Amino acid sequence: MTKEAILESIRRGLKRTKLPLDQQAMLAGRTAAHPRHIVPARGQLDLAGRVALFTEYVQREFGTVDHLASLNDVPEAVARYLALQNLPPALVVSPHPALQNLPFGTKPMLDIRFGVSGPGDAVSLQHAFAGIAETGTLMLPSGPTRPTSNNLLPDNALVVLMAERIIASYEDAFDWLRETGGMPRNIMLVTGPSRSADIEQTLELGAHGPRRLHIMIVDGPE
Amino acid sequence: MLETSGAFKENAAGAMADVGLQKALARAKPQFAKKRQAAVDKLPEFEALREVAKNIKNHAIQHLDYYLETYATAVERSGGHVHWCSTAEDARAAVLRICREAGARTVTKGKSMVTEEIALNDYLEANGITPVETDLGEYILQLRHEPPSHIIGPAFHLNREDWEETFRKSHTDLPIDRIFHERRDILTEARAKLREKFLTADVGITGANFLIAETGSSVIVTNEGNGDLTQTLPRVHIVVTGIEKVVPTIEDTLALLRVLARSATGQDMSVYTTFSTGGRQAGDLDGPQEYHVVLLDNGRSGMVGTDFQDMLRCIRCAACMNHCPVYGAVGGHAYGSTYPGPMGAVLTPMLVGIENAGQLPNASTFCGKCESVCPVKIPLPNLMRHWREREFERHLTPTGMRYGLGVWAFFAKRPALYRLATRAAALGLGFFGRKRGGFTKLPLAGGWTAGRDFPAPEGDTFFAQYAARGKKE
Repeated sequence: MTKEAILESIRRGLKRTKLPLDQQAMLAGRTAAHPRHIVPARGQLDLAGRVALFTEYVQREFGTVDHLASLNDVPEAVARYLALQNLPPALVVSPHPALQNLPFGTKPMLDIRFGVSGPGDAVSLQHAFAGIAETGTLMLPSGPTRPTSNNLLPDNALVVLMAERIIASYEDAFDWLRETGGMPRNIMLVTGPSRSADIEQTLELGAHGPRRLHIMIVDGPE
Repeated sequence: MLETSGAFKENAAGAMADVGLQKALARAKPQFAKKRQAAVDKLPEFEALREVAKNIKNHAIQHLDYYLETYATAVERSGGHVHWCSTAEDARAAVLRICREAGARTVTKGKSMVTEEIALNDYLEANGITPVETDLGEYILQLRHEPPSHIIGPAFHLNREDWEETFRKSHTDLPIDRIFHERRDILTEARAKLREKFLTADVGITGANFLIAETGSSVIVTNEGNGDLTQTLPRVHIVVTGIEKVVPTIEDTLALLRVLARSATGQDMSVYTTFSTGGRQAGDLDGPQEYHVVLLDNGRSGMVGTDFQDMLRCIRCAACMNHCPVYGAVGGHAYGSTYPGPMGAVLTPMLVGIENAGQLPNASTFCGKCESVCPVKIPLPNLMRHWREREFERHLTPTGMRYGLGVWAFFAKRPALYRLATRAAALGLGFFGRKRGGFTKLPLAGGWTAGRDFPAPEGDTFFAQYAARGKKE
């Protein structure tokens, strides 16, 4: 069997047979404990510091940030952003409870559809699981409330991120994710809008993913 | 996959005379080094993280059999399938089988060097399946029927004119006289063309930067988002990757990610870093139904326990070629192999045999820059030296070179004679060249003097001067 042949070839190179059980248990212990390595100091700040650093890095990577006091302000902020960018007031919204409870009724001209974006959708609104201050990175795990397509297909990706969910490092974000259960099918760590430097090593935004990434950081409780 | 490594010298001469290529190299080369340095300067922990990264990969390789089995078990637990493949042929067949079972006509592809290594596209086409490259650089190369010249910037060798010309020739449904005002217009055209492909493909194929034993996840890193669309929209996702990509845990992966993008493009983090684990889960609203991993050996397990084991640490960031004076002078195609630059010079002989790639370990000035920027501290010059030794032992070195080395060794082993001979040469050349200060031609050095003059030595040899000064002090 090919699998055994490959494993045997590796073991020949390592000049040993299959690992004895005690050594296997030791490695299983390392995996179960999944120890952290060096975590950069730069994200280790208080909440205000993390929000500021996150904002700075998102903007440096060509994303835009809006700070809102409460989730109730989101519909207004969305309408304002779309108008400013000359975009039609229509968007597909991920069916996350926090987004489903937004008072979209206050902005009746917004055409809202909850679900998965398709090729015709120009704007999506996603809910972020976490923000990582270290590099201005969003964590967007897939699931019934967060379809992956909404991170990718529309030209304009709008994201709601609760300020209290902005943490120092990737490790912190994955610890939170582990607390929620097993691995989702897909976890995207997103740092800025899509880009390519394949033409003459010159950066151009809007390759295959969103041309614009707009993050609304919300202070209030979820 | 093109394999013309044996003709490196001829390829290099051609590359040096290629005006377009030289323009591309001159533009890009200084950028890479500058951007990497800027990213490194902003992270005080970077040097310590290189050591961490090296140790993680060493640990994984020392227990590669264990972690591969753990990984495969985790993939199957998450509903995915692992296909173990010893050879390129096995891997191609495995991909084709999955595509056939899915009834696929078109497959989209994220950027993957392993699929270049196994020449997957030609094979799929020959079997009636249309592969579509979706990375912008890979896409134009597919239109031009060219191999990549760089492992992370595949179209590194092209200029804007080449892009425009190729798009005009290939996208015949668009007006032939359309104007590309800026680079963005080229990008926008490709984006529109590829959108249709993403939405209609039956299977999506990506590579993997890392495989995680703990969770059975594969990780890809892109800036365009093409890899994500490739693995999200079609019904079946196939990951094609090498066995050396496995690392134990998420935390190990995160440490490696911190050195990867900084070493590669000088970004702190690539735009999209995505962890995929199995197919669609209960309640998921999108994503592939099936998830397959084609796990390729192709000579890698044979590197374990040899002089070349260190090479298995490679995370394919391209820092070595970005900083290499040889790569910077001739570009990637001259290497005539899937993997160019210093990492390619070490890896290629392992994949295709030293008898077919003997020139590559010699395509180095041994300046050591590659090793000094490698995020996992691979001793690349040393590994090239091992290949040179093997090449010499197996009498693969050209006769003239062996003879020359023999003559040099005769003198080198006899220090008194060596000093006498070099002194005679230095004084002789100094005497004959004293009028013009140099030589335009020298016997046995025609190749060297063809491109530059040899300066006439001024004064005595180093040894003679050292001895003379020693007496004075």
